[in-house]
Formats: sequence, structure tokens, C-alpha cells
Amino acid sequence: MPTKTRAASYTTGSDQKPTIHFPAEHAERSAALPTVPNAIIECKDVNVYYNAFRAVTGVDLSFGSKEITALIGPSGCGKSTLLRSLNRMNDLIDGARVEGSVTFQGEDIYHKEVDAIEVRRRIGMVFQKPNPFPKSIYDNIAYGPRVIGLKASNMDDLVEEALTRAALWPEVKDKLKQSAFGLSGGQQQRLCIARTIAVKPDVILMDEPCSSLDPIATSRIEDLMYELREDYTIIIVTHNMQQAARVADRTAFFTALASEETGDRTGLLVEYDLTKKIFESPADQRTEDYISGRFG
Amino acid sequence: MTFLTTGLGAHIRSASIHGKVRGGEHSARSVLFLIALWLCLFVAFGVLLTLIITTLIDGFSRLDSRLVTEYPASAPERAGLRPAILGSIWVIGATALLTIPLGVAAAVHLEEFADRKKWFNRAIELNVQNLAAVPSIVYGLLALGFLALLGVQNKNIVIGGALALGLLVLPVIIISTREALRGVPLEIRQGSLALGATPLQTVWRQTLPASVPGIATGAILGLSRALGEAAPLLVLGALVFVSFDPNGLLSGYTTMPIQIFNWTSRPQAEFHELASAGSILLLLILLAMNGLAIFIRNRYQQRW
Ligand SMILES: Nc1ncnc2c1ncn2[C@@H]1O[C@H](COP(=O)(O)OP(=O)(O)O)[C@@H](O)[C@H]1O
Ligand SMILES: [Mg+2]
Repeated sequence: MPTKTRAASYTTGSDQKPTIHFPAEHAERSAALPTVPNAIIECKDVNVYYNAFRAVTGVDLSFGSKEITALIGPSGCGKSTLLRSLNRMNDLIDGARVEGSVTFQGEDIYHKEVDAIEVRRRIGMVFQKPNPFPKSIYDNIAYGPRVIGLKASNMDDLVEEALTRAALWPEVKDKLKQSAFGLSGGQQQRLCIARTIAVKPDVILMDEPCSSLDPIATSRIEDLMYELREDYTIIIVTHNMQQAARVADRTAFFTALASEETGDRTGLLVEYDLTKKIFESPADQRTEDYISGRFG
Repeated sequence: MTFLTTGLGAHIRSASIHGKVRGGEHSARSVLFLIALWLCLFVAFGVLLTLIITTLIDGFSRLDSRLVTEYPASAPERAGLRPAILGSIWVIGATALLTIPLGVAAAVHLEEFADRKKWFNRAIELNVQNLAAVPSIVYGLLALGFLALLGVQNKNIVIGGALALGLLVLPVIIISTREALRGVPLEIRQGSLALGATPLQTVWRQTLPASVPGIATGAILGLSRALGEAAPLLVLGALVFVSFDPNGLLSGYTTMPIQIFNWTSRPQAEFHELASAGSILLLLILLAMNGLAIFIRNRYQQRW
């Protein structure tokens, strides 16, 4: 048992920080963690703070290359926070701070010689609400390649390729010069995905990309994710359990626990496994309660 | 006690549904207050209307082409505003060139880059707000002192006037630019940064272009305020009898408000008519500028 303290309880050793103790029946948590072959992003003991508040505590998680990984869990358990810390979007939030290590292809992305701009170029992000730029459809796609100085021999081809990959080309090919604001919500979100693809990242982070879309638009995005998995690593936060079950290769379940000492709630990784395993035979009671709808 | 509480609760509920209970819109006090409000509006509007109408009546006879083509003269029938109009254009143009880039840059820094937790940034913010309320003559004095420091002998030069008016307009431009920048949703900045754009690229290619209508509106309104100012330029010794066209940043000049001010102080009634005609012209220009600002805002403002 003593060798498995990390699995059974979370203690940082510092007096100010909350200590989280897992109930004894969950002591075997780490034993359930699958090893991810071919990991592209690895989190080791990641803690994310907003000023003094610790939103995410002690996350160890690896994301497989060219896999879809879903992050699920109740609201406020730090899924978005963790996601933003994977491409340093947290840098933009006042008071946000990441402790522990996040490596991308073996390199620590928080190393002081690493340029956050380059990290974000390699690890793109699609947001909860579609956020097209107030420009034409064409310029929305061309914007990324232009700003990062991607020398496209032919920008038109690049735009067409990105829109095609995002399964949007047939719908917009005749109105490339029109404002992106004229598209429907689902089309706008696919445009945002196309825009991300255009800068040729390795990883695409998606924070509840379908939460503002109707079921048909949602299923198109899911199809799209499935196709993109051929070339990209996708990490998706979702509220929709069926969505995780449908698209994800692996699923990580998070929850928010109150510290016994300070009472502060903080996000923790409860269980991480192949999606099938998480949904069919979860090792942790809380995972089972959550996916069966008894909690959260 | 319990009874009272529930009774009150029921009362509030019914009030929120029907809206017209004691103390509502139809009580005597509310009506009185409403009448007072209308009266205030009426008085303000009445004064303005009287002013405009009397000016129109006085100046209408002199509202002709001579007003814009002639130079000031000792005989009122031969006098016109030509150099004053050109002087106003020169000074306001120089003011715009001086303040818009500076004001926009300051606003971008404060809004997008400055660390709000640092005391000096907060101090600057507070001061910008305060500067907008400083009487214009103070800026005239400031420009005067500055030019004296530089050892400029003749302070009646276009660039000197632009300096004084620029100080006056700068806070207006900074404040309106900041407001315009704040109107651009955070999601746009995030979207840009998530693609690997630098913060500077994001400002330059997303935030700033999206703010142009707001900035233009603010700049036009600020400049139109400067156009009507006489006090700071008088402090700088702006000439009142210019019989040449200003032709450069170091040229002497007069402006429309100064010329009008000068004419009103003459004893002859004809000069007063001329002043009224000039006022009408100035008013029309200001109206046109404000109209343009409103047009830009309505036509180009991005709705998110
Ligand atoms: N910008 C922020 N500043 C401070 N606290 C934040 C911020 N964003 C999120 N939080 C807090 O961090 C916790 C996790 O939030 P979030 O990552 O958004 O959860 P989820 O995406 O799982 O719903 C919440 O308690 C939330 O209030
Ligand atoms: Mg979230």
C-alpha cells in the first residue's frame, strides 16, 4: 500500500494546499490506468491554479497520437481548464498558473525557452461557441496560414483543401467571399475546424464543440472528427456522454472533490481507460454513477 | 410575525405581476417627477431652439458665397471667412494626424497589453478619464508653456494650435478607442491566438480592424469638439485678422470660432450679422461631422 500513495490519496506536502483523500475502495486507481502507446501529449502531476484557487489537482494523463480522447465529468471539474493548459491558452487568463509538466512530443511546453505561440500553432483549439472572424469565409481560412507565415504556393488550394477536409467545401464553394457570419451555427463550427486545420497542427483541442449545435449539425461534426482522426490527434471535452461513447478511443472521467481540510473543490482525474471499458465496466463507482446518470 | 411575512410575500408577488400598485408609475409623486423631467427637457430645448432661430434670422442675409471666398476686411460687406475656414481645416487636420495614431496606440496598450494590476497603469487610466473633463483653456496654457520651453517665439502657428487641440482631443480618442476595443468579443482574440497568431498580429489584424467604426466615430466627435474651440487658440495668440491663406504647419492662422468671436466684438451691426452667418456655417459643419459619425456607427458597426 505505501508505495501506492499517489493512487490512494493526493498530498502535495505543502501546508496551504488541500489534501484529497480517496476512499479506500478506490485505492487501486492507478492500476486501472492504461498505458497509452504512442503518446503525443503527456501530463504529469498537473495542477492548475487560478490565483490561490486550485481548479485541477494532480492529473497524470497521456493522450495517444491520432486518437480521439474524450474528457468527461460534471460541470466545474476543470475539463476546460485542463484542456487550455495543453496549448497554453491559460497564459491568456490573469492569475492562471500551471504546475507539473505537460510535454508535447517529449518537450515540456512550459519550459521557459518554449514559445507559447509555436505551441498553439502545433496544438490548435476549437471553442465551445463558434467564433468565426468578422471576415469572408475565404479570409477566415487564409488568416491562420498568413499570420504564421506558412508559404502556401497557392492559397486558393490551401483554402479549398481545408474546407474540403472539414466537409464544408460543397456548401460554401460558391460564396467564399461572403461573410462567415452568414453561415449556420453548425457550418460556422466546421469553418472554425477548417480554420484550425489550415495551419496544419498536430493536435486539435475541442472544448464542447457541439454544445450550441442541433443534433444533425452535431452528428456532422462527429463524422468529421472521425475522419480527421486519420491525421490528427483530437482531444475533446464533452458534456454529452453518448458523444464520448460514439467518437472517443479513450475517455477520461473527472470529478470535483472537496478537500477534507479546506473544503475547496478541485478537479481530479478519477478514471482513464479505453472508452469501451469506461462505459461498459468502469473500475470506479463514481464513474459508473456518472455515466449511468445517477450523479452529475 | 409569520402572518406578516407571508402577507408581504404575497404582496410582492402580486406587485411583480400587475405592476400598478401603490408607488407605481401613476402615483402623484411619480407624475410630478415626470412633469419636472419634461420641464427640464423643454427648457433646455427651448433655449437651444431660440439660439438657433435668432442666429438664423440674424445671419441669413449674409449666408452667401462671399462668406467663404472673401478675406476679413474692415468693411463688413467685403469680409469673409476664407482664411478662417482654411485655418480650421489646417489645424484640425494637423490635430487629427497628431492625435489619432497616438490615441489609438495608447488605447491599444492600455486595453490589450497593460497589466491592470500595476499601479501606474491604473494611475494612467484614472488620469485619462480625468483629462477628458479638464477645461480647454488649460490645454492652451499647457501648449503655450511647452512651446515656450522649446524656445518657439511665434506661437501662432498651425502646429502650435494642433498641439493644444490635440491635448484636448486625445483623451476623447483614447476613451472611445478603448470602448471600441472592449466591444470586440474575447472569442475573436482567442480564436486568433489559438491559430498561432502573436498578440500583436491579433491586435493588428483582428481587434483593431473590427474597432475601426467605433474609433472613427470617437475621433470625429472629438475633432468636432476641437473645431468649435476658441479659448486654447486665443491663449496661444491666434491672429484675428488674417488676410492670407495658411499654407503649412508653421504658417500663421486663424480659425472659424476665433473669427466669429472677433466679429461679435465689433460695434457695427453688419459684423454681427456676419458673425451669425459664420456661426450657421460652423453649426452646419459640426452637424455634418456628427451625422457622419452616426452614419459610420450605424453602417459599419459590427454586430456580434
Ligand atoms: N478564468 C477563470 N478564473 C477563475 N476561475 C476559473 C476560471 N475558469 C474556470 N474557473 C474555475 O475553475 C473550475 C473549473 O472550471 P472549468 O475548467 O471551466 O470546468 P469545466 O470545463 O469542467 O466545466 C471552476 O470552479 C471554475 O469556477
Ligand atoms: Mg468547460
